[in-house]
Amino acid sequence: MQDINIKITDRNGVTHDVVAPTDMAMNLMEVVRSYELAEEGTIGICGGMAMCASCQCYVTSHHELPEMSDDEDAMLAEAFHVEDNSRLGCQIQMTSAINGLEVVLAPES
Amino acid sequence: MIKTDILIIGAGPTGLFTVFEAGLLKLKCHLIDALPQPGGQCSEIYPKKPIYDIPAYPEILAGDLTHKLIEQSKQFSPGFTLGERAETIEKQEDETFIVTTNKGTRHHAKIVAIAGGLGSFEPRKPLIPNIADFEDKGVEYIIKEPELYRDKKVVISGGGDSALDWAIFLFDIASEVTLIHRRNEFRGALDSVEKVQELKNLGKIRLITPAEVKGILGTDKVTGVAVQKEGEDAFIVDADHFIPLFGLSPKLGPIGNWGLDIEKNAIKVNNALDYQTNIPGVYAIGDVNTYPGKLKLILCGFHEATLMCQSAYKRIFPNKKYVMKYTTVGGVDGFDGTRKEAPKAVVKAIE
Repeated sequence: MQDINIKITDRNGVTHDVVAPTDMAMNLMEVVRSYELAEEGTIGICGGMAMCASCQCYVTSHHELPEMSDDEDAMLAEAFHVEDNSRLGCQIQMTSAINGLEVVLAPES
Repeated sequence: MIKTDILIIGAGPTGLFTVFEAGLLKLKCHLIDALPQPGGQCSEIYPKKPIYDIPAYPEILAGDLTHKLIEQSKQFSPGFTLGERAETIEKQEDETFIVTTNKGTRHHAKIVAIAGGLGSFEPRKPLIPNIADFEDKGVEYIIKEPELYRDKKVVISGGGDSALDWAIFLFDIASEVTLIHRRNEFRGALDSVEKVQELKNLGKIRLITPAEVKGILGTDKVTGVAVQKEGEDAFIVDADHFIPLFGLSPKLGPIGNWGLDIEKNAIKVNNALDYQTNIPGVYAIGDVNTYPGKLKLILCGFHEATLMCQSAYKRIFPNKKYVMKYTTVGGVDGFDGTRKEAPKAVVKAIE
């Protein structure tokens, strides 16, 4: 089992290099919370059901991510600050395929 | 003024179960919640989603859990102040509290139990520069009084259940209903989507998709909105009311200013004993509290509520002797006159 490296830019513009395990069924929102890169209560409000957009992030590296589910797509259609590279962190699972991923957390709304 | 023994702030699962545990101790509860219905997140965010870690329920829908908790608490006749947010707390000389809501409703209680989850749900406001200028002047984020829209031109934006449901509800009250969404697809119950489709085909609802409201027109009240379809010029839709329905997000809100110890958006409590905060007589239970090893789980909230009620009892009746009784042994006497008890064993000789 291997860990992967991810670059996460927080809402204050500070970039953090973090190591994420691939064997804990973790998603990006949970990685952000475990490193406390966003204030508790401002991210992962729905717990990871793609039912709020508090974990929205912009993917700035060129990784091929798994396609969006209808749930994620519909939630982003109602979110604010949405860009073409927006994704919900809770829907991005930590796998070796996304080693080196770079993301920027979207503003709180 | 509403009088009660325990004032519970937040009517989610933890708050509702507190009513039951307090009732076993003959303490009366009243609940305040910013949402118009009890259930908290379970009814507001994910009523149709299953939960798998409620003891004895291999699977239960969040909405059903809420119904069962309400059912269980009913015998203890809780009072509710719904659709209002607890705003201020004043400690009285006799160590009781007066809590006042944003609408001025006053509650007098011996104990305050904050079961506020992630905070009170506030509407998410779209990023339209001048929207704040029109709040309550034609812009409403929550529909409270449908009659307000009678014979008016209404623009609703959003793509979820509430946007669909209100469009359907208002079409024969308002003179004109326009529904605007960034996508052609809506996320809602299938029959709501089909109903809107039908009303659109009949020309009763105007649908503009994929499009976004970019601006609000008017001087001292809304007269129209500027709508833009992707890649096209904006155009104006006449409107008396603009109702953006983009869901709700929780904010700790005024409780944050009550002088409580706050850490990471949660209230610090004494978990070695009774979940009391730094203000004696004020407790915090469920997702709203924090302590070493805290887990934000409904089942942990139930446990915290139970211990908190014991402590509340001792605070209210410092000189009374009390022994915990199993409900199976003692039965349950409701405040509504009902009594539940285990059936007595039959003793009969066999000839």
